[in-house]
Amino acid sequence: MSNFGFTLLKARRIDYDANDRSIADFIHDNEPSFRWCIECGCCSATCTSGNYIGFSLRELQILLKRGENEEVKEKIFNCMLCGKCILVCPRGVNTRNVIALAQEAFKNKKQHAV
Amino acid sequence: MKNKVIVIGGGTAGMEVAGQLAKHDCTVTLLERSAETGGHVRDWYHLFPDRKDSREVINYLENLIRHKSISLFTDTDVNDIVRENDFFVVRTSDGKELQADAIVVSTGFDLFRSERKEEYGYGIYDNVISSADLEKMFRNDEIKLQNGNIPSKIGMVHCVGSRDEKVGNVYCSKLCCVTAVKQAIEIVKRIPEAKVFCFYMDIRMGGALYEELYKEAQQDYGVNFIRGKVSEVSQDIDNKLITKVEDTLTGRPLKIGLDMLVLMAGMEMAESGQKIALSAELDTGENRFFKATDLHYGSNKSNKNGIFYAGTCTAPMNITETISHARAAVIDVIDYLNDRSN
Amino acid sequence: MQFDPFVIPFNIGLYFILIYAVVRCVLWFRDLSRADKLRLQRGFFGRPFAKSLKEIFMESLIHRKILKSNFRLGYMHMSLAFGWFLLILFGTIEADIFGTRHLNPPYKAIFFKFFNPEHGRNGIEAFYAFIMDFLLAFILSGLLLAVIKRFSSRVVGMKKTTRLKTLDKVALTSLWLIFPSRLLAESFTSAAYDTGSFLTGSLGSVFASFLPVNELAYPFWWLYSISLGTFFILLPLTRYMHIPTELFLIFARNSGIRTGDHYGAFTEIQTYSCSSCGICIDTCQLNLSTGITDIQSAYLLKGIRNNEDVKDIANNCLMCGRCDQNCPVGIELTPIRMIMRREPETKSGDNGFFEKYFPSHVKIPVPKTNGSLVYGWLPAVKTTKAEVLYFAGCMTHLTPAIKKSMIKILDAAGVNYNFMDEEGGVCCGRPLMLAGKYKQARELINYNSKIIKQSGANILVTSCPICYKVFRESYYLNIDVYHHSQFINSLINEDVLRLRFLRKKITYHSPCELGRRSGVYAEPKEVLKHVGRLQLTRHEDENAYCCGGSLGNMHISYAQKKKIASDAAKDLTRNNPDILATACPLCKKTFSPVTETPVADIAEIVAEAIILSHPDKKNYSKVISLKEPVDISE
Repeated sequence: MSNFGFTLLKARRIDYDANDRSIADFIHDNEPSFRWCIECGCCSATCTSGNYIGFSLRELQILLKRGENEEVKEKIFNCMLCGKCILVCPRGVNTRNVIALAQEAFKNKKQHAV
Repeated sequence: MKNKVIVIGGGTAGMEVAGQLAKHDCTVTLLERSAETGGHVRDWYHLFPDRKDSREVINYLENLIRHKSISLFTDTDVNDIVRENDFFVVRTSDGKELQADAIVVSTGFDLFRSERKEEYGYGIYDNVISSADLEKMFRNDEIKLQNGNIPSKIGMVHCVGSRDEKVGNVYCSKLCCVTAVKQAIEIVKRIPEAKVFCFYMDIRMGGALYEELYKEAQQDYGVNFIRGKVSEVSQDIDNKLITKVEDTLTGRPLKIGLDMLVLMAGMEMAESGQKIALSAELDTGENRFFKATDLHYGSNKSNKNGIFYAGTCTAPMNITETISHARAAVIDVIDYLNDRSN
Repeated sequence: MQFDPFVIPFNIGLYFILIYAVVRCVLWFRDLSRADKLRLQRGFFGRPFAKSLKEIFMESLIHRKILKSNFRLGYMHMSLAFGWFLLILFGTIEADIFGTRHLNPPYKAIFFKFFNPEHGRNGIEAFYAFIMDFLLAFILSGLLLAVIKRFSSRVVGMKKTTRLKTLDKVALTSLWLIFPSRLLAESFTSAAYDTGSFLTGSLGSVFASFLPVNELAYPFWWLYSISLGTFFILLPLTRYMHIPTELFLIFARNSGIRTGDHYGAFTEIQTYSCSSCGICIDTCQLNLSTGITDIQSAYLLKGIRNNEDVKDIANNCLMCGRCDQNCPVGIELTPIRMIMRREPETKSGDNGFFEKYFPSHVKIPVPKTNGSLVYGWLPAVKTTKAEVLYFAGCMTHLTPAIKKSMIKILDAAGVNYNFMDEEGGVCCGRPLMLAGKYKQARELINYNSKIIKQSGANILVTSCPICYKVFRESYYLNIDVYHHSQFINSLINEDVLRLRFLRKKITYHSPCELGRRSGVYAEPKEVLKHVGRLQLTRHEDENAYCCGGSLGNMHISYAQKKKIASDAAKDLTRNNPDILATACPLCKKTFSPVTETPVADIAEIVAEAIILSHPDKKNYSKVISLKEPVDISE
């Protein structure tokens, strides 16, 4: 069959069915407040690291929930754990633990891959 | 003999209840803890969504309670409510003991005290004001900074004291979004060159004609909407308010220097209401508002037979809803009195 | 009658435990760092020796600290430890004086009654027998409390008692059997020979009325000996190892050895010195407010001893240091926890039988990171020169009232300062350390150090106790570091800050990182006394609460933090102060939503009290050296 060129570019679309959401599940199992986020962006606005480099917890956590782990795996280590986000979060998400768990998950993944 | 009803709280709900009960042949005692009736509406300039002058509503309510069967006591606080056999005794702060066959609690709401959200700098920085402060400025027709200048960049912060676990209020106050839009329009009307920015988490325009007002603000007044909750505010040497927010739709942190910041204070259960809840053993919910016996068909009924609720002491409501809720309370009171006399 | 086979179990046990203790001490000594070895040697032959002896008497025998905090629990520990000690001491003297000859082997003292059944009939002998009976009764009364405690810990005033592993249970049973079996053995023997004082004598005559005491005595001497032997042999595998270890710990500590931030011999000595008394559970706010009862220090140390994975226990803690303050053995519990939060550097050997007695530690090679930096993206350092640097700290940016007050104070005093993180800075590194991420923390420390050094400042003032602690202890700065409460105090003392009296009742909450963890208690209170009426509560200084907002705990939920905060606030505001003062932006943020009492930082209260005279800017240059705060080490 001839290709008419209508194939969508794969990289642009979130392939929800194929994506691996195990990291998000792992975080949620250990930190239930992970699900409470309403994407207000308060954490990123106040973020110490975010002043210097692209680090938005709001963005990273939603990417994890969609299984877009590749975009997160390096950025998640930019956090300084200073704790400002935990003070401003209107939903009481335990943000520092979310980050620590995500870091742990990516580290474990790397170890298993090696 | 006429039935006696005591209405606690002389705001919109209390005045409506009192007036309607008087029409239905009850003797009403209306207790108001401040010097005059009217409640929060008196502090407001325009009402959404039609920007009606709030004085029209006040006039309507005042006319309504000008009735021979209504006695009004202002500067009167309620100490406690006791049931004695078939009737209630209400003891007031000035030592009165009033008797009634039924009670309507319409203690209303308190506006969230914005200084509790310290990171926004209310009471710390000069030009951080609350939505109520802005209404006063409208009424006095002078929107000015502390140094007397006219502001040209103004931010409206949504959800101050609402939807915020950190101040103990998880609920949505539901009127602040539309208030912000209404106030933004009013600012641009008065200062046409001003730029207004609304910082929101979600825009909740659920009421009649709200969404239309939202579009009007975008279309005719150039109000800017930025999706992100303000995290912190600081002040630079030029007294600019440096406001930090994540522009969540572009995914990048945004910093903006503003002349004035208006905090959209949410609604909380009134402190006076909490006091009554304690002394009369009335149920309150997790959100501290009075808890009616049923959300759907018993929204005016309390857990104590003969005590009823009207208005924003049960949940955030706009004026339309408050008046409807108050009228519904009147039906419940009359039902109760009729059932009792049969 | 010089020997009987029944003493063999006791003898085996005794010589085993003595040799074991010596070997273990030698191994520990070998594992100490060179510097610590030197300290210990010096300490052993110097003044600390006397101090150690005194401490051993007061704490290991009398248990003064436990007595002070909980009398009944203290009595229990004292009767067992001090009573047993006296029993052995007097027993040895008794055997020496009244025995067949002098300088007897230890079993003669322990089983004196068996070998000298006729002893105690007259005069001085009877008096001595009375003393021995009295001591036995003393111990038995403590034992009774211990048994009751096991089954209902309320009786001794403790809310929680520690849970045991199987070996502990066996050892505990043998310990419990020791004294009752001695009582019975002595009673039976006394009855058979018609001797014995008020306890063994009278009990013996009662038994003699319905029991064949002659036949019964011998088996009970066996039981007594076997209980002792079993207890001694199991001792190294159980929490009772704390008895010999604590002695070593006291010498080591008094010689100046501290935990440091790596796992080493001293950490292990402390780990084994824990008697699992459970006082740390009683003082822990996670227990008191949220009912979490499986993560306290006693469990952490037990987990380490048993070679379990203690990561979850180590991480679920406020790091407030209340247990350190109350630990009767003086174990540096929070520093040990800090170590256990880090990536492990050593691994315990297998749990084979030999390793159970002599746990070995294998160094895990630290993976090389090729020098790649986690925060390599931080911009190049740029600084302007300054005399005094003010570092507000991350949290303080969320409490602008503190920031604004500090600026007002510094301006009013005419301090030539530079606001280091006015536009936001880089985190001090302490939160990363609290999360066990020392390597990352070091990067931030180096970054900030560069800024501070390049500024040429000789004073660093910070508003955040978390920053203060790390600036002072983990930054290698040749510069005075002050928390703002200390700095304000020095400004007041130098008379460059004029304050009026506010006529307000103030209760001060001492932040954990500033108070217990850094030893700064006095200055904040002195400042407050200048501006208001300081109201004391039951929670002053070392006894201060944790606000619950601690960055030390990533496990508990917001609701749990709030519960801890509101419980603490309720207690602190019991005598209705006008202001609940603190000296930490995090404490302020945590307390504000849970109390009706206004919560304010010291800086805010001082700023409100400033009498504005226009300073002629001459002021500040001379002020500066405060005394070094007390030495507390992590």
